Amino acid sequence: MAEARAIMVRTGPRLWLSGSWLILMALAAIFAPVIVPHDPLAQDLMLGKLPPAWISGSEPGYLLGTDSLGRDVLSRLISAARPAFIVAIGAGLAACLLGSALGLLSGFFGGWTDRVISRIVDIWMAFPPVLLSILLVAFFNPSLTSVILAIAIIDWTRFCRVVRAETMQQRRMDYVESARAMGLSRMATLLKEVLPNVLPAITVLLSLEMGIAVIVEAILSYVNLSVSTDQATWGSMIAEGRGIIYQAWWVLLFPMIALFLTVLAFSQFGEGLKERFDPVLR
Amino acid sequence: MTAPYLTIASLSVALKQGGRLLRSVSLTVHPGEVHALVGESGAGKSMIARAVFGILPRAVDVVEGHVMLAGQDLARLPEGARRLYIGKRAAFIPQDPLTALNPAKRIEQQICDRLIHILGMKKAEARARALALLAEVKIAEPERVMRLYPHELSGGMRQRVLIASAFSAEPRLIVADEPTTALDVTVQKQILGLIADMQARHGTGLLFITHNLGVVAKLCQSATVLYAGKVVEQAPVTELFARPEHAYTRALMAATPRYDRPEDSLKPASPELIAELAREVALTDAAWARRPAHG
Amino acid sequence: MGRNLLIRLGSTVVTLFGVALIVFILVRVVPGNPIAMMLPPGASDADIALLTAHYGLDKPIMTQFWIWLGRALQGDFGTSISLRQDVMGLIFGRLPATLELATLALVIAVALGGSLAVIAARYRGTAAETGIDLFNGASLAMPDFLWGLTLILLLGVAFPVFAISGRVSPTLDLNFVSGFYLIESILRLRFDIFLDLMRHMLMPALALALPLAAVIAQLLKTSLKEAMQQDYVMLARTKGFSETRVLLSEALRNAVIPTLTLAGVQFTFLIGGTVIVERLFSYEGLGNMAIDAVINRDLPLIQGIVLVFAALFVIINLLVDLSYALLNPRLRHG
Repeated sequence: MAEARAIMVRTGPRLWLSGSWLILMALAAIFAPVIVPHDPLAQDLMLGKLPPAWISGSEPGYLLGTDSLGRDVLSRLISAARPAFIVAIGAGLAACLLGSALGLLSGFFGGWTDRVISRIVDIWMAFPPVLLSILLVAFFNPSLTSVILAIAIIDWTRFCRVVRAETMQQRRMDYVESARAMGLSRMATLLKEVLPNVLPAITVLLSLEMGIAVIVEAILSYVNLSVSTDQATWGSMIAEGRGIIYQAWWVLLFPMIALFLTVLAFSQFGEGLKERFDPVLR
Repeated sequence: MTAPYLTIASLSVALKQGGRLLRSVSLTVHPGEVHALVGESGAGKSMIARAVFGILPRAVDVVEGHVMLAGQDLARLPEGARRLYIGKRAAFIPQDPLTALNPAKRIEQQICDRLIHILGMKKAEARARALALLAEVKIAEPERVMRLYPHELSGGMRQRVLIASAFSAEPRLIVADEPTTALDVTVQKQILGLIADMQARHGTGLLFITHNLGVVAKLCQSATVLYAGKVVEQAPVTELFARPEHAYTRALMAATPRYDRPEDSLKPASPELIAELAREVALTDAAWARRPAHG
Repeated sequence: MGRNLLIRLGSTVVTLFGVALIVFILVRVVPGNPIAMMLPPGASDADIALLTAHYGLDKPIMTQFWIWLGRALQGDFGTSISLRQDVMGLIFGRLPATLELATLALVIAVALGGSLAVIAARYRGTAAETGIDLFNGASLAMPDFLWGLTLILLLGVAFPVFAISGRVSPTLDLNFVSGFYLIESILRLRFDIFLDLMRHMLMPALALALPLAAVIAQLLKTSLKEAMQQDYVMLARTKGFSETRVLLSEALRNAVIPTLTLAGVQFTFLIGGTVIVERLFSYEGLGNMAIDAVINRDLPLIQGIVLVFAALFVIINLLVDLSYALLNPRLRHG
């Protein structure tokens, strides 16, 4: 027990708290079908718009109330963690890989590579991101895959800029020169020597991006452009809740809280990692 | 004998976490007197300057003693009143003219701000005073310089501006913290001469912080020698040079290059001296630690 | 500096050209046939072919692009497929609403973020600073979307102070000449309209402003604290100035400069955010129209709107760079 506490203190409360929430959400995502109290898709119009358990008029068993179709809010909330996480990990990694690769190349090789890539980044960043994602998903037929692709296509520039800056900084350092002097090819130097030093910045950004991906998915769901109607997502729950806000505010509130805590956890986790990396490397 | 303008009495200052930076320092500066504060880097000279103006760093506390300016114990005044009191009577000439000027403000503003807001002068009056002082510090085209930003001036000119600003409020005391150290050697002599002239003309008391004994000999009437935050010797300048009592003072003088002595006659401090000094400091600290706790 | 400006302008034009090209290709390469969507089901192939030719969609993509570009440079952005009106007319009809919203949000963000930063820097080490830091930490994770929803719940439902949809009450009759309702209501001294507009606009503006305010607060606070460590601040204290005065008079103008550039980039995100926030609040602005355009596959309208947004982004970046050069005395004199 004391050992566990020691680990907690060492890693910092920020990392521990946010990490716990993320693990909780991940578990919800994985085990959703097993742990939900009710079938998230089961409709019962007799039980529509029931308030949460602590308010009068509620039904036992429906802890957070029901929506207008009588579906249990808690069950839908839990099962919505799955699409959220799939998008977070999928889009986050995709944007990370694409952006980091281009950033590394651009920062390390300079010259025309850098100029072309930077120009593309400039053009890309002139697009309004949300509008562009709506555009892409609408045209590619809404599905989780198209959402992941859309986010990756739009947000890679975030990684590219930061990774490029970090790479350029690393490139000036002595170990790069010595690696080249030892006969390593430029690509090998980039991958074996520079990349590990840029990795901390990439990791921090990845965590941030995952939080952003969850939000974008929610926005797309809100605009009716994410997964098809069967699977519950926090965004579609919010869309429905917004419509019946005066009659059943809980349908809006709980997915909002889930969304907020998840995004906060991702960004705090990234911040915590940044804190951890700095003193260790120094 | 007139009353001293600045009195520092048994001032001890320490880090909040422990470790004394000033050890019972006492010195006085009389009206119109030029008093040197001598010591090597880290001896605590700048800390004394900060204590006079009440701007000690956050990590540092006054643990003993007091500072009196024109008969007023500064600790008895609340923060805002204290700053005003000091601002009207004393001025500071800092060491590094580059960082001591606000890069985003014109020279005119930086000289006149005190005159207008602390001394309550009208804008036109303040401006005239500033121009007069810029001329006094031998800046050509004062009108043009007033409109400039600090980065457009040379190091020597910036220091002149700071000197002008210090004298502009007609303070009775100026604290100059090694005002020539950050300047080119060629400019140093001019600036020193300028400060000496202005001090004589305005009759201002001057606490001159330096590690250069030549300056002490030429400019100052009395001197305090500081080592590790402790006063090791204090005397009128003529006596100090004629009959230095403390071994450290003698070592300082021996280490000063002079044009009439061969260079290899320079002697660094001997190990015995250093050990002796360390012992003195330790004794002072031990005595201080043993003092009864104040109720 | 004049030469630099020309280079920047040239770069801007290239960027906008790139944007136009990419969006043009994007909307045409993807599946989904807007023509088919426009016609009733069961329309004959001949009808479809006729309409396709009418919109020039049967030609090769690059040809279409050059035709479009040629017309665009003369100000003709075509006709909206879904709304059957001139695209530029539609855009300029909605643009003032979005601009007003974004500007209001900017003003709020600067005022709020700036005050928080100044208070936190002035009272550093106290509970005030810690409180502001905590608030900032949480706010930085809240995107405008979530803020909008929170505000709707709090100030629209729980304590109904504001209106949660629309730009202005339909009961009020406005015969305004411009689309800038807020400005015109003040100029015409119609304060009842002004208040009604504010009742509708404050929440979306806040939703947009709060993320930016958090960024400004954090950046400015850091810059202020750094500036307060400088020697010129110490000198100002010796002159007799109070801590508050020193903060505002000496440190602030130096701290604003680095904050400005970073905040300027964030402002472009704010503009992008109008898309979803307007939708959330059913605010009749450009962003809201954009979403409908996408859902309706309205190619000319989509192109026009995306280009206008991109132009806004680019102009703002240019303005930020310009103001940085103006504010920094070191750059002004070359």
